[in-house]
Amino acid sequence: MAEGKKPDRGQLRIDEAECKGCGLCIEACPAKVIAMGEGLNHYGYRTAVYAGAGCTGCGICFMICPEPGAITVYRLVSAAGAATTTDSAKGATACASN
Amino acid sequence: MSNETVQDYVVAHGRAKSFYERFERKDELQHQTHFCPGCGHGTVHKMLARVIDELGIQDRTILVGPVGCGVFTYYYFDVGNISAAHGRAPAVATAVKRSRPGSIVIGYQGDGDLSAIGSAEILHAANRGEHVSLIFINNAVYSMTGGQAAPTTLLGQKTTTTPFGRSAANEGYPMHVCELLATLDAPVYIERVGLGDNRQAMQASRAIRRAIENQVNGLGFSLIEVLAPCPTIWKKTPVEAQRWVRDEMEKVYPLGVYCDRTKARMEAGLTQPAVAPTLDQLPGILGVAEADLPEGNAAALVADKPVDLQVRVAGFGGQGVLLLGEVLAEAGLDAGLDVSWLPSYGPEMRSGTSNCHVRLSRKPIDSPLVAAPNLLVAMNEPSLRKFDRAVRDGGWVIYDGDEFPADCVREGLHTFAAPFTRIADELGNKRAANMVMLGSLLEIASVLPEASVAAALHRMVKNPRWMELDERAIARGRELYRASLKEMVSA
Repeated sequence: MAEGKKPDRGQLRIDEAECKGCGLCIEACPAKVIAMGEGLNHYGYRTAVYAGAGCTGCGICFMICPEPGAITVYRLVSAAGAATTTDSAKGATACASN
Repeated sequence: MSNETVQDYVVAHGRAKSFYERFERKDELQHQTHFCPGCGHGTVHKMLARVIDELGIQDRTILVGPVGCGVFTYYYFDVGNISAAHGRAPAVATAVKRSRPGSIVIGYQGDGDLSAIGSAEILHAANRGEHVSLIFINNAVYSMTGGQAAPTTLLGQKTTTTPFGRSAANEGYPMHVCELLATLDAPVYIERVGLGDNRQAMQASRAIRRAIENQVNGLGFSLIEVLAPCPTIWKKTPVEAQRWVRDEMEKVYPLGVYCDRTKARMEAGLTQPAVAPTLDQLPGILGVAEADLPEGNAAALVADKPVDLQVRVAGFGGQGVLLLGEVLAEAGLDAGLDVSWLPSYGPEMRSGTSNCHVRLSRKPIDSPLVAAPNLLVAMNEPSLRKFDRAVRDGGWVIYDGDEFPADCVREGLHTFAAPFTRIADELGNKRAANMVMLGSLLEIASVLPEASVAAALHRMVKNPRWMELDERAIARGRELYRASLKEMVSA
């Protein structure tokens, strides 16, 4: 993310091991920031891949996705509520580790 | 991605807590569902899990799983789970809700399950207004079994059993479950939703929430039909399948609310679900409460000899065949034996043939059927001729007649014939013939204490006039047999 640019409202994590590559999220995403990856995962599926920027955090891809945890959608916490819970930090760490 | 850039983000949409962390399925695949890519089940599962999370009902939710691809609800949902036989989820859900009225009972069924095999169950559960929520996944085909036609298959749709496309002339028309159930008076909320695009899916999510909320609020029956894609069987890509829901299925199955009595029911005051009696209440209802029972006579059981009475009682309807068997079984119960009583009769209330199987044993009874009795009570000649060959060697036949028919006599068969009906008539009423025969039977078997018989009679016969006659009849029956023994000795 370039310095000084406004951060995205959302972030997206796609669990490569859980995704089966049905492509419904790609179709569903209003911002069109998900695409089909080129490589195959451990189970032989081409998986969906986040473009890395542009997510609005709307959550539609999550709702359409048939797998329980293949997609996790994060939302930007506003400056006022920035110091919310430790949960957010945890979530972010998990996200980062992937 | 570095920590700095992400720590301002919180999880907005993530894995529901109502799902297990790992699914107890095939070794390497415990992190994902068994559903095909793009399956509608997965999407609906997530919607359901989310609602369970949001309403905070995980601890009291009981999910009744179907047969079909949706069968593995117990792999995924960390709630109470019960699997129902094909089509029977509404019946099982009824039982669960009535025995545990505080629980949230959700039935989950596919279209083969609900609209074909379980069409009776769903109709009657809806008509009774059971306080359950049902999710009905309609993909217009039997998917798990390989794509056979279902009642919901569209006209012209090719399946393995309609290879030229469904024709109305041969397979009838697509069945509209929501429209059908909406004609009933009891259901509270019925809506059809789809997974054809984002807008439809949003509505589906809201509808499922509504159905569960209704139950949480103590309202009655709710059903949500979800038009769901089955890319594998439809032989389409997941995206094409999604479009097919929107472009083809929706034409035949219009989306919308078909019945909404939520407001009316709320205003009318909450109706409580019918509650099944608890185990403690059962003895009172059945009249076998401790206070109603006579003193146990188990200790009084004659001697310690093995007991294995296999009795067949046969006669015409109206002769008291079944009552004879019942009193015998009841007396056995009173004496602490294991007993079974199985009636078998034709559709006629009078003059048809009638018989019953009675077993009394010290050991647990494996089958209530008595194919080879060691004691036959035949109240007329046709009944004798029907069953006498089945009696075991060394067994007894008690026959109502002056003489035992000569051609029915065989070696190893003990017989006792007496004109029981005439004797009963002399006692006061020929309808007591069954009790005279019971008296002889008890004397021949000589395993049950008299106190147990008296207690059983007391429980079965309420009218004091009959009671008195029956007691005399039994005593007379005992005398008859003892007298015959004396005759034999003196002869």
